[in-house]
Amino acid sequence: MQEWANQLCENRQFGSKMTDSKYFTTTKKGEIFELKAELNSDKKEKKKEAVKKVIASMTVGKDVSALFPDVVNCMQTDNLELKKLVYLYLMNYAKSQPDMAIMAVNTFVKDCEDPNPLIRALAVRTMGCIRVDKITEYLCEPLRKCLKDEDPYVRKTAAVCVAKLHDINAQLVEDQGFLDTLKDLISDSNPMVVANAVAALSEIAESHPNSNLLDLNPQTINKLLTALNECTEWGQIFILDCLANYTPRDDRESQSICERVTPRLSHANSAVVLSAVKVLMKFMEMLPKDLDYYGTLLKKLAPPLVTLLSAEPELQYVALRNINLIVQRRPEILKHEMKVFFVKYNDPIYVKLEKLDIMIRLASQANIAQVLAELKEYATEVDVDFVRKAVRAIGRCAIKVEQSAERCVSTLLDLIQTKVNYVVQEAIVVIKDIFRKYPNKYESVIATLCENLDSLDEPEARAAMIWIVGEYAERIDNADELLESFLEGFHDESTQVQLQLLTAIVKLFLKKPTETQELVQQVLSLATQDSDNPDLRDRGYIYWRLLSTDPVAAKEVVLAEKPLISEETDLIEPTLLEELICHIGTLASVYHKPPSAFVEGSRGVQHKRLPGSAGSGESVESPDAGSAAGVSDAPPAVIPSQGDLLGDLLNLDLTPPSATGPPPAATSGMQMGAMDLLGGGLDSLMGDESEPPPIPLRTDTPQSPQLPHQSPSPPDYSPTELGGDLGGSPAMGAGFGAPPAAMPASFNAPVSSGGLDDLFDLGGGVGMPMGAYSPPKAIWLPAMKAKGLEILGTFARRAGVIQMEMTLTNKAMSVMTDFAIQFNKNSFGLTPAGPLQVLTPLSPNQSIEVALPLNTVGPVMKMDPLNNLQVAVKNNIDVFYFSCQYPISMLFVEDGKMERQVFLATWKDIPNDNETQFQIKDCHLSSDAASNKLQGSSIFTIAKRTVDGQDMLYQSIKLTNGIWVLAELRVQAGNPNYTVSLKCRAPEVSQCVFQSYEAVLKN
Amino acid sequence: MIHSLFLINHSGDIFLEKHWKSVISRSVCDYFFEAKEKAVDPENVPPVLQTPHHYLITVYRGKLFFLSVIQTEVPPLFVIEFLHRVADTFQDYFGECSEGVIKDNVVTVYELLEEMLDNGFPLATESNVLKEMIRPPTILRSVVNTLTGGSNVGDMLPTGQLSNIPWRRAGVKYTNNEAYFDVIEEIDAILDKSGTTVFAEIQGAIEACVRLSGMPDLTLSFMNPRLLDDVSFHPCVRFKRWESERVLSFIPPDGNFTLMTYHVSSQNLVAIPVYVKQNISFFETGSCGRLEITIGPKQTMGKTVEGLMVTIHMPKAVLSVNLTATQGNYTYDLATKVLVWDIGKLNPQKLPNLRGSLSMPSGVPKPEENPSLNIDLKIQQLAISGVKVSRLDMYGEKYKPFKGVKYVTKAGKFQVRT
Repeated sequence: MQEWANQLCENRQFGSKMTDSKYFTTTKKGEIFELKAELNSDKKEKKKEAVKKVIASMTVGKDVSALFPDVVNCMQTDNLELKKLVYLYLMNYAKSQPDMAIMAVNTFVKDCEDPNPLIRALAVRTMGCIRVDKITEYLCEPLRKCLKDEDPYVRKTAAVCVAKLHDINAQLVEDQGFLDTLKDLISDSNPMVVANAVAALSEIAESHPNSNLLDLNPQTINKLLTALNECTEWGQIFILDCLANYTPRDDRESQSICERVTPRLSHANSAVVLSAVKVLMKFMEMLPKDLDYYGTLLKKLAPPLVTLLSAEPELQYVALRNINLIVQRRPEILKHEMKVFFVKYNDPIYVKLEKLDIMIRLASQANIAQVLAELKEYATEVDVDFVRKAVRAIGRCAIKVEQSAERCVSTLLDLIQTKVNYVVQEAIVVIKDIFRKYPNKYESVIATLCENLDSLDEPEARAAMIWIVGEYAERIDNADELLESFLEGFHDESTQVQLQLLTAIVKLFLKKPTETQELVQQVLSLATQDSDNPDLRDRGYIYWRLLSTDPVAAKEVVLAEKPLISEETDLIEPTLLEELICHIGTLASVYHKPPSAFVEGSRGVQHKRLPGSAGSGESVESPDAGSAAGVSDAPPAVIPSQGDLLGDLLNLDLTPPSATGPPPAATSGMQMGAMDLLGGGLDSLMGDESEPPPIPLRTDTPQSPQLPHQSPSPPDYSPTELGGDLGGSPAMGAGFGAPPAAMPASFNAPVSSGGLDDLFDLGGGVGMPMGAYSPPKAIWLPAMKAKGLEILGTFARRAGVIQMEMTLTNKAMSVMTDFAIQFNKNSFGLTPAGPLQVLTPLSPNQSIEVALPLNTVGPVMKMDPLNNLQVAVKNNIDVFYFSCQYPISMLFVEDGKMERQVFLATWKDIPNDNETQFQIKDCHLSSDAASNKLQGSSIFTIAKRTVDGQDMLYQSIKLTNGIWVLAELRVQAGNPNYTVSLKCRAPEVSQCVFQSYEAVLKN
Repeated sequence: MIHSLFLINHSGDIFLEKHWKSVISRSVCDYFFEAKEKAVDPENVPPVLQTPHHYLITVYRGKLFFLSVIQTEVPPLFVIEFLHRVADTFQDYFGECSEGVIKDNVVTVYELLEEMLDNGFPLATESNVLKEMIRPPTILRSVVNTLTGGSNVGDMLPTGQLSNIPWRRAGVKYTNNEAYFDVIEEIDAILDKSGTTVFAEIQGAIEACVRLSGMPDLTLSFMNPRLLDDVSFHPCVRFKRWESERVLSFIPPDGNFTLMTYHVSSQNLVAIPVYVKQNISFFETGSCGRLEITIGPKQTMGKTVEGLMVTIHMPKAVLSVNLTATQGNYTYDLATKVLVWDIGKLNPQKLPNLRGSLSMPSGVPKPEENPSLNIDLKIQQLAISGVKVSRLDMYGEKYKPFKGVKYVTKAGKFQVRT
């Protein structure tokens, strides 16, 4: 008895020391050997302890792979825990010991047949996690059985296993038909199995963007909706995300799905709630606005969104980022919920900033008083970043809600009185914006602002203050003194302040010329002689020249009336917003970027669009419209999406887009080209602008065009705004330097480079009847990918000149200027014959037609496909890349008619291997009509022969680089299918030439 | 899906890693450390971080970072919810969620993680199901295990995972059948200087502890269900019944769970149980300041306010405080600059008051920010929104259970601005 008690006592002590932390302490030498001995012990308990130690070492990142054979030996056991532990180990180390891992296969296969479904599931699950090719082969048979297992637990585990296997070896999964089996599981009787099948398919579909894996039709949708009610919370997320990809046929179907999804809004799991919100936000678009249900749904959306904000801060953050989108799309949902966005002092900073942003979006006349009181409160918080944002927010409120402007200004003045340095500086920056929005209204506060001049030490605040002094110089008695005081330390100021100071003093001079002569001379000499900053120097010279030649003009330029700044400058572009709404709850929605822009491995992701909304009466047509929009939105298949192109250009390891494996020489050429386009190419893009004539200055007025010629223009010239860009808020930048709306009519003398003349000449030629075939314009660069710049384009050959015709549309919120274009090396040396002529800045929602003449004297590099052209377009915002394909008929020269004899001889001379034959289907032209049509595109018929009712046309084509293509076109009366045989010394071009034949004949 | 999980302690050591797909080097966490460095406070580390090849989604619980690595587009809320669930499970299994406890139970932790996620897909996250497969460690069990060579892992198929009620295990048996419901309401409020309510709302939850044999089917009804218009339910609640009859009908999980949470929004009038009169001022000169706080009852519905506590984050410049409290004790932590006044029960006859001076080093300018007061309180037997349970019925089983409902109101994020 005593002995027993002692033993129990010992065990108890042992038990209390039994925690796993002891595994962390074994750091002494020879540890591995010790473990090895224990693993091979006869005692079960000792073995298990040893495996536990191994696992513990593994979790903290120690390398215990040397014990592989010993651990695997423990696998054949009846003890479930030991088995699981060994499985854990296997999953971790099988990859590094593939040959050893094979030893485990038999046990796995045996376990897959075990009568206990838990063991079967565990085996198939673990096998899928072992990422060794040799093992995956053995996995197929057991997996197939498990997918059809009688036990749903095994089936649902097997469904996930298919996704695992796909990750390791996609081809194997397809070959074995597992995808079809997986699709069948969507109709399984058990909701968990359905949910896992959907999850697995969604994951597989992500790496196969174009596969139609989740083929959604009303039947499958119905099954998913049924499973939705019964599966686990995680399953609900997968099913809801899958539902969001469906486009209902009509508003009734849309409504019924919404009705069945709405209960999910009351789920305790916030991810379920947000996924449900996504489905509802998307399908709501299809509901007619006058439907009662529409209003009900709107009301139902608010409470769950509010509830998300009482969750943990991390959840709040994601919720807030999404609410930010929802508020922009449908402000009515949360317009009464302003207060839930009020900031608590112990919210994490990332939550505070998001709340602040949403508060401003929701600010309206009705609630502005509350909002301002809150913002003022925040301006006294501890966190400097947050305080600054709060002060900025007051300025944004003033600009957004006109009625509140006065209140905002007085709030800002109160804050300036606090004399807290960063608050004052921030306040001055926003007051400058308020002046821009409401000129001549609040200038009375300038005196107060001037009191704080000395405390300003941040460039942005100094620049803002200087702008204010310059702009209102006539009302500030001592403006000259103030500006002079800044001038003392001119060279220590940042560029922003220097530029601003220069402009302000010139303004002052123009307003009060008599007293400030000396000052202006001082600043001009500081800027032009003592500064090595090219921007500053140029601006100085321009002012100098302006003032000395034509003070009236100078006044018109410098003191020109500025356009008002716009209300909201930070709204997401509507197209992007629509896409993001379809991605609510995803990473894309957190970053407010389209998924294609940043998610790795999601190349060619389909852009999602909201379905078209239906009026009450036209419900039947709307889905068509929606899907049509979807189709036209997708980029043309032959052109790699921008992401791909960039990838190709940037990543030298990437193989070229074609899968046919081009010769290595071509690959390296491609890389060279890529480097060129990005490196030297950009420089020369910039360099282009330094060639004087074609770049019009933004602030040109009728008197000024002669200026650029005379002003020195250093090679690294970059255009700046004469009017004095503060560079502060985007609103300022956008509106400030905006030039006169139309270019003066007399604007022609200086711009006399060949390009423009050509352009005018060619303008006449457009209507000429003999124009070669030119394909309709296609979207080359969608607005989404180019920060709002959309480019539609095509190629044409007019009067012997190859032209690239483009429509540039500005879909962004700000003005675009400084366009330039450059091509990568290409197969036929196409290169712009002149600079891109976009003379007026492109304002938002404006389009412009541009024709760019091309020649073929540029560097040559073989592209794949042959007629591929990679283009870089630059504007003031960024540089964008796209690629397009030109019809090769652009390159057919007008003197391509061969002599008969020469034709015959050449035809014989070219080896028969070089002959390729193509079929042109469904062409109903007679041989003569065809011949005429082809002639228009410089495909010349040399001879015609008729044999057995079949017309044979012999034709010749000459390309710009001197390559001849000979053709035989066979036309049989009554047969719409033509046969064309092409012979050429460079047979690579045949395919392209054939495409041109087809295009010309069918249009 | 979720690729990997790293557990990182306060000082930035990775002490556990788990990979559900291929192994990702722990160097990926360097991006997180960089962000952590920048954020200064651990609470302020952004929860979603982008790195060149991965996304890092983090939650901060119990001074630990749960950092997950994902590679493809995954709903971040799903990841965050899951990470919190992991932390909840640790809490449930080991009584707390801390580095020490996780290290003590690392093998169980590893088994749990393996069971909770398969290839990044959640597998079993219901505590009932998990406990059937992996028994929580207890001292007694480890003693028994050492004696008998038994193990912590159940060899039963988790029955709940397959039925339509995955949250309940089959064959539950109790000698005492009991069901307790706690209606817990938290007041989130912001009061301004003058005591006016800027914002107030009630977060309510019904926490249940149900120990009933067999498959009981319960119905809980309220006196005034119309108060509850914004609700989130445990998956067991039949939503249709709620929509049509405003009763909670459900087959409960076994043990402790949150039956529902609700939210009485700021539009409704939320009763504020106490008022706070405060004055914290700093003098322009003389490097000191004054503080005076008085708390009194406001709308307490005739109940006693207990557990009253005031927490103030003082400006950094405040070196020390010299105060007198008419009731309770105060402490001032010099390192964190947190002043805590623990009052206890609120006596309406003799209002608690704290007053005295704050001292700052001389020559330091007057602090720019105004400290906020955080109030903690508790009122037993009161749901401040007025929600009341009227009855609980049980169907499907023959025995008579013991039933009980308790109400309590607490302060949630209750802040008074100065």
